[in-house]
Amino acid sequence: MTTPMPLRIFEHQLVAYRRLWRGTVVVSFAQPVLFLLAFGVGIGALIDEDVAASRRIGDVPYLAFVAPGLLASACMVTATVESTWPVMSAIKWSRQYHGMLASPLTSTDLVHGQVLWIAFRSMITAVAVGLVLIFPDDTRSVGLFGSVLAGVLTGLAFGVPITAWTASVDRENLFFGLQRFVVTPMYLFAGAMFPISQLPRPFRAIAYVTPLYHGVELSRGFALGTIDSAAFVHVAVLSAFVVVGYLWARRTYPRRLSP
Amino acid sequence: MAPTTEPLIRAEKLSKRFGAFVAVDGIDFVVERGEAFGFLGPNGAGKSSTMRMIGCVSPVSAGTLRIFGLDPATDGTRIRGRLGVVPQQDSLDEELTVYENLVVYGRYFDLPRSVCRERAYELLDFVQLRDRANSRVEPLSGGMKRRLTIARSLMSEPEMLLLDEPTTGLDPQARHLVWDRLYRLKQRGVTLVLTTHYMDEAEQLCDRLVIMDNGRIVAEGSPRQLIERYITREVLELRFSEADEADAASILDLVDRAEALPDRLLLYTDDGEQTLEHVHARNVRPLSALVRRATLEDVFLRLTGRSLVE
Repeated sequence: MTTPMPLRIFEHQLVAYRRLWRGTVVVSFAQPVLFLLAFGVGIGALIDEDVAASRRIGDVPYLAFVAPGLLASACMVTATVESTWPVMSAIKWSRQYHGMLASPLTSTDLVHGQVLWIAFRSMITAVAVGLVLIFPDDTRSVGLFGSVLAGVLTGLAFGVPITAWTASVDRENLFFGLQRFVVTPMYLFAGAMFPISQLPRPFRAIAYVTPLYHGVELSRGFALGTIDSAAFVHVAVLSAFVVVGYLWARRTYPRRLSP
Repeated sequence: MAPTTEPLIRAEKLSKRFGAFVAVDGIDFVVERGEAFGFLGPNGAGKSSTMRMIGCVSPVSAGTLRIFGLDPATDGTRIRGRLGVVPQQDSLDEELTVYENLVVYGRYFDLPRSVCRERAYELLDFVQLRDRANSRVEPLSGGMKRRLTIARSLMSEPEMLLLDEPTTGLDPQARHLVWDRLYRLKQRGVTLVLTTHYMDEAEQLCDRLVIMDNGRIVAEGSPRQLIERYITREVLELRFSEADEADAASILDLVDRAEALPDRLLLYTDDGEQTLEHVHARNVRPLSALVRRATLEDVFLRLTGRSLVE
């Protein structure tokens, strides 16, 4: 029986990750703990104190509202990092992709390996945040299992198109732009921190077409148990980003690696 | 039907274009099993583009290419499974150890883990890196990385090894070690296909070679055949002071072919000592005179020109 090609790549990445996982897991845990302290103990306490229970967002404490949003956002950040610098390195600096292509692997296999890797790394982040959310009474719920899956899908919705884009650009400086003008604004305005109904109408429309908005809504729906038929829309939008990104990567990888 | 043995590589009118730029311009060659075949040429001659097509990582633009009798366009994965590749630039995982690099690479070929482990140690012995097995790759010297890349290319026990400038940038000790290992592989029956712009490397390693220039093959044969065909047996190198340049011009008729370089005059002759006597007989007194055997380098420079190609 032959080992599927993407698993052969995954095996290599796990060997490398064995050296790095402690660092990434610490980041994955520390970040949500800090956020929970800031939002739960800090901002959350202020908001919840001032606002009558009936006017609370979704009738839950602010911490319960923001936590699943942070989970999806954390997956977005992880997937973005994994789809930029390491991909550029495999193309240009360490040139590992070129080494792989001298073996039976094809550029299509490299795309599949990368999709698998984004899913795996998003999963690690989502699980780490999910584990932290078990501790506060306000955020503990069985729905967190669903939030983790929503996080993985969110990670893929970012990571797969960004991977395709990375393979088509030559200057790594663009990654800073991606961080500043795409990732950070979404983090702040796509519904993780506050409902997008707070945004002026045109901005609301923009927020609505971002993958993070749909990832956050899906994650929150699971965590708070408020999930409804809108979830199908969220899954569909996120999946569309994954599929378009995948088809795009299938074009940019061979163009870049086997001209 | 007469039994035919398909050569390992057969190229007919093979071309590679990048937009309007023609990198490889309709070349024909065959590589037979067990031989060491070289592509020589200045930078930009099309050697690497040819190698990348043979390695099935660059689609053929026109012409025919068969490797192991298979078509790279449809059987790339099968062909690559039987090839070992030492690319021009290393593509090792610098975060991993020397040993891990070999094992993960063996797994790309779906070799069982136990086979990968065993072979990794054998190959580390072969390239003399056993004592560095557990070092990370990043701090290794260029020569060590090159040897590791060669070891990696051998993990799958390939029938044919493609080496793109295998010793460029290495110090003399490292080069000789690499040559020695490649020679041993050849003795074991591994077919070697290499590119180089070092003539001594080509003379050391290649049974047969082609010289490429501007995407075309300009000469083909064994190193000895090429020297016999394109150049005389010996070369007389003379240096003159600037005042004596007129003298230098007066002796050009002594040989069929001469070449004036900025600092010396090269006379191509079958008997250097005799030609030198003729020079002296004409009362021409060069500052220094050197008789040497003609080398592949003379052939190369004759065929590809002396101007610097970048």
